[in-house]
Amino acid sequence: MAAPTLNTFRAGPDERGHFGPYGGRYVAETLMPLILEVEKAYEAAKRDPSFQAEFDHLARDYIGRPSPLYLAERLTEKFGGAKVYFKRDELNHTGAHKINNCLGQVLLARRMGKKRVIAETGAGQHGVATATVCALFGLQCTIYMGEVDVERQKPNVFRMKLLGAEVVPVTSGSRTLKDAMNEALRAWVSQVDDTFYVIGTVAGPHPYPAMVRDFQSVIGVEAREQMLEREGRLPDTLVACIGGGSNAMGLFHPFLDDSTVAMVAVEAGGHGVETGQHAASLAGGKPGVLHGNKTYLLQDDDGQITEAHSISAGLDYPGIGPEHAWLHDIGRVQYVHATDQEALTAFQLCAKLEGIIPALEPAHALAHVTKLAPTLPKDHILLMNMCGRGDKDVFAVAEHLGVKL
Amino acid sequence: MSRIATRFAELRAANRAGLVTFVTAGDPTLELSLNIVCGLPAAGADVIEIGMPFTDPMADGPAIQAAGLRALAAGTTMVKTLALVRAFRAGDNATPIVLMGYLNPVLAYGPDRFAADAAEAGVDGLILVDLPPEEEDELAPALAKNGLSLVRLATPTTDAARLPTVVGGAQGFVYYVAVAGVTGTKSAAIGSIESAVTRIKAATDLPVAVGFGIRDAASAAAIARVADAAVVGSAIVDVIANQLDADDLPAQVHGFVAELARGVRGARQG
Repeated sequence: MAAPTLNTFRAGPDERGHFGPYGGRYVAETLMPLILEVEKAYEAAKRDPSFQAEFDHLARDYIGRPSPLYLAERLTEKFGGAKVYFKRDELNHTGAHKINNCLGQVLLARRMGKKRVIAETGAGQHGVATATVCALFGLQCTIYMGEVDVERQKPNVFRMKLLGAEVVPVTSGSRTLKDAMNEALRAWVSQVDDTFYVIGTVAGPHPYPAMVRDFQSVIGVEAREQMLEREGRLPDTLVACIGGGSNAMGLFHPFLDDSTVAMVAVEAGGHGVETGQHAASLAGGKPGVLHGNKTYLLQDDDGQITEAHSISAGLDYPGIGPEHAWLHDIGRVQYVHATDQEALTAFQLCAKLEGIIPALEPAHALAHVTKLAPTLPKDHILLMNMCGRGDKDVFAVAEHLGVKL
Repeated sequence: MSRIATRFAELRAANRAGLVTFVTAGDPTLELSLNIVCGLPAAGADVIEIGMPFTDPMADGPAIQAAGLRALAAGTTMVKTLALVRAFRAGDNATPIVLMGYLNPVLAYGPDRFAADAAEAGVDGLILVDLPPEEEDELAPALAKNGLSLVRLATPTTDAARLPTVVGGAQGFVYYVAVAGVTGTKSAAIGSIESAVTRIKAATDLPVAVGFGIRDAASAAAIARVADAAVVGSAIVDVIANQLDADDLPAQVHGFVAELARGVRGARQG
């Protein structure tokens, strides 16, 4: 595409929720008035200092923000190139960046007087984070989760139940994350009066992609400040994994207008993009409409959505947030992919050299860092978002490594 | 005049409501589906909605979800859906055909190509569940150019402030979704439907068809007393699902549609 001539990359979306040709509000008419109501309430909340103050207070005392900026010295030494920093969002309460967004949305739901919260979940991280914040505020919480994921993520299912949430196994379609999202939308259509839908990533109908991005931007805002304090300058390269894209957008967005900062997002390459068994919507998909927004989707020639595959349940989704689709087309962010095997290798390397067991999602980001860092000079600062911890993945990884627990 | 407008004018002249029936293209197979669709007018269907199957039907309940999966498993594609309409049209040039479904398969086919091929096949209108008026720009010009009506949906959540957006520029008829929910689940109180239809009619001159929650002749008749047409989908699809192995599947579907038609046609008498 032609070189962008914009003054800013941070102004989107437009008032109809479009990022270039992507985004929008492709929902059933029953939901349209609700979506408009969420937008109106969010716009008002954004302008209300007391809303931001409540978010900041709980981000600090409940989530544990700011998350540390950490120089990974042994990995840096091993790679022999760029200085590698981690933004440690895996140290958040519930173990991932997901809770930043859940806190924001549940505060908004309370502000709107909603009594009941629903959410979809894949691996269970967003479900656990939503159930956690609902427990904190005593809100009724129902989580929709594909039957296949319920089976492969049993510990998270139990966590959600401990937190007082109802977990509904979804038996339609492929019984994974995309079907959980279909079912959550169906549930929302059926309970329009008192229900708030907490979407877990920067996707869905407007205002969700922008709203989730705003709540996750706390990651990039902190990182920017921490890096300036630590190094006296901005990082040169940001790296994050990407499924729907909320952790990547949260890190990138505050830096989008800093032309010296390069950004790389790493999609889940599964068994390899050439095999067709992957979750790389940008590398292997094309634009279409699903779940309320226009974006790149894995689909066949007839517009039927195809199944995604990734070792990481959190990246196992056939779409990507619309703002990423736009940033991809204009070339501001580079999108690459890492395979299951590469992520598994990076997962083990990080555990051994840094004493940090990463989630399989950021292990994809680290897999790319493994390739990129050695090619860069020693004064190059690379910042990777360590967006989740790997406790949830130890059983799956053991199985992949042929270890019986 | 379009087939849709002609048909509703005929219904008005006969002082009766219409019966709109829904089945999914290719359910359970393309051949049976064609037999089913071809027999619907004789069984009493006044307008035929044909579902374009989609992997992720987020506004549909279990019955129509399953119908879509059966159709996809049977190899249904957009090309084959349009071929089904063309084959129907060869024997019936009067009954309006409205394709119903989700936007993505239409976008994948290409808006201009879709509009041209659908019009050529004999399609009269289109209902896209996930395409609100605010996002129509990409498709509406191509449909208009080919004389296809884009039917708008109104729902119980469509309030007075939003109704003008929904019915402004609406074509063919307005489809009132009587229940805030997915297809095939519950029914709404007839009183609330009647007042909604009155509200919509105050805002548009188009006929109003009412769907969701109509399961049998009696509930179809109740709708026929207050609206211009009653739409039945899941209940018909259920007949298909329950008789998949029956040798006379099309006849069973037509028998059920005939019952519904008797309910609709007798509704305003006596």
